[in-house]
Amino acid sequence: MNSISKAFSLAKKEGRPALLTYTVAGDNSKKNSLKILKSISKYADICELGFPHNTPIADGGQIQTSSYRAIKNGTKIQDVFKIVKDFKSSKFSKPVILMGYFNIILQYGQNKFLNDCKKNKIDGLIIVDLPWPENKKFASKCRKKAICFVQLISPTTSKRRLNSIVKDSHNMIYYISMLSTTGGKLKVSPKKIIYNYKKIKRINPRKNCVIGFGITEKTISSLKSADGLVVGSVICKEITSSLNKRQNPVTKVSNMVKKLKNKIL
Amino acid sequence: MKLKKKISVIDQHDKFGFWGGKFGGNFVPETLKKPINDLELLFNKLKKDKKFLNERDNYFKNWVGAPTRFIKLSNLTEHVGGAEIWSKVVSDANGGAHKIYNATVHCLLAKKSGKRIICGDTGAGYAGKMLSMAAKKFGLKCKIFMGAKDIKRQQPNVKAIKSNGAEIVPVYSGSQTLVDAVSECMRFWVANCDTTAMCVGSTVGPNIFVKICGWSTSQISRELKIQILDEFGKIPRRLKLYNCVGGGSSSFGFWNEFMDYDKKQVEFIGVEAGGPSKSKKHAAPLTYGSKIGILHGAAQYVNQNLEGQIEETESISAGLDYPGVSPLHCFLKDSKRARYTAASDEDALKAFKIVTKYESIRPSLEPSHAFSVAISESKKLSKDTIVIVNSCGDAQKDRKILKKKLGIKL
Ligand SMILES: Cc1ncc(COP(=O)(O)O)c(C=O)c1O
Repeated sequence: MNSISKAFSLAKKEGRPALLTYTVAGDNSKKNSLKILKSISKYADICELGFPHNTPIADGGQIQTSSYRAIKNGTKIQDVFKIVKDFKSSKFSKPVILMGYFNIILQYGQNKFLNDCKKNKIDGLIIVDLPWPENKKFASKCRKKAICFVQLISPTTSKRRLNSIVKDSHNMIYYISMLSTTGGKLKVSPKKIIYNYKKIKRINPRKNCVIGFGITEKTISSLKSADGLVVGSVICKEITSSLNKRQNPVTKVSNMVKKLKNKIL
Repeated sequence: MKLKKKISVIDQHDKFGFWGGKFGGNFVPETLKKPINDLELLFNKLKKDKKFLNERDNYFKNWVGAPTRFIKLSNLTEHVGGAEIWSKVVSDANGGAHKIYNATVHCLLAKKSGKRIICGDTGAGYAGKMLSMAAKKFGLKCKIFMGAKDIKRQQPNVKAIKSNGAEIVPVYSGSQTLVDAVSECMRFWVANCDTTAMCVGSTVGPNIFVKICGWSTSQISRELKIQILDEFGKIPRRLKLYNCVGGGSSSFGFWNEFMDYDKKQVEFIGVEAGGPSKSKKHAAPLTYGSKIGILHGAAQYVNQNLEGQIEETESISAGLDYPGVSPLHCFLKDSKRARYTAASDEDALKAFKIVTKYESIRPSLEPSHAFSVAISESKKLSKDTIVIVNSCGDAQKDRKILKKKLGIKL
């Protein structure tokens, strides 16, 4: 079993959803983003790490702010790999899923990117603007390297697409809870979200399906029945607000993730 | 890379939406797959529907005002002393620029799809102004995304948008210009695509938006072809069509009907924005050999750094101030059907001065870029060459910049 599947089965054994965090590599500095990973990995099961892009067409304000901050700090793709490498060699490391936009990979070179992912022990990839079926070729390259290509599903995904996407998916699927960019307020009832989530699970119960978008300390416990829950924007927002208040982003974020974890135990 | 004849260029893409196998496509979040697919089905059906075509033609004729004038610039021709210089005065169109064609078609499509709200991006403010006009005409609520820098420099159009009852959303991210406005508009659509239609203001964005826009602005060359035949009795042996290129909607529309002619007979010259002559920044990805990348859902030549971050642009004309360019133009460039070059801010200002000194037309800063190259090349061309410049926007919106830079009061 690979590390991502292991993380899910461990959470399942504990009778809770897996907790997935999203932070942007290099936010608020290269050093701090590594420190944040190391400290939240005590509570998180899988760490998603964004590689920043300056024209993100699906991200809301909080993640944009984090991305711009990281780019301004000079975070390059090599730094992203370095952060993962250092994190992976630390004591409490967790599976890492890189998340970002396809142009960055295209410019780096698809094969080189995947080789470097492998070398730095990256476990999975989420490419926001490479939907199915356009992603078939790239996803199969990932599979050959045993890197999980995470397919995204949204409330607008048609039934026919849904079946094909689940069939082509690897061992993790990401369900976008509502029509929104990241960071939007949850505008759909948790009941409705779980209803849609179950539709995906029914197609293939063995695929781990996580729910993301709009998940905060307030909403997280209402979605507990999912395989996994992703929290991103509120973490990025916490970094921003701790900087504004001259507080330490590492401890602030770590406390927040601890609280999030307690809500789903 | 080769263009096919007798097939409209907008339809010469593969099943993934790529022209020439590599330009365009649909690099979009999963959420947009369905609304894009719905729009494709609707557009592909309606563009073959006689009733819909009649409806479009009626609006173009009676509301937009077709045809726009095709006039000889006799004084300018004499001053330059080379080719015969003509202009297609597209700024005659209702609202003062070519953006009205795309806006009208998108509002018609939105109505047919039952959407009640339409959102759009704008740089120079013309795409926003026209969308707000058309939305008002068709009873749609309208939301316009515009960079904060552009709001400052294109006030007359901002006022027009507001007076049509549309909401303007200022965009403060990045360079606060068109590129950021398009991003923010797309984000808004991601979150609201169940109730809202989106109009992309140029031949950019995911495949279907490129197609709808190019199909709409092609009205320009449909009119022009008839006007040329009326004037000359045939397509002249040496014809050169000059047009500024931002996203590329007016130039594509200006050329489309002439695609199948040999380029030795009908040459297309696209003029991009070279930016201030002292600055390294520009908005001319085709001229300066930018690499292929992805911007706003489509693969295209785009100004970017080695890492794939989109680079900031600089141009005196807000309408051309965009780091990417239509996949259609990438295709026309690589298939060698069109030639691309750039004019600097200073060139454009100088051309504006010359044109307005000799003629009664008043091209905005965007077409002034095209005039600049047309004038300098015309000098060296034979007297039997016909040069036509698309004067696709009126300078009223640039009042403030022209006053500051040239001391000219409009
Ligand atoms: C008058 C005018 N010309 C040209 C352009 C550039 O756009 P495009 O290349 O799509 O015609 C604009 C864009 O705002 C414009 O307002």
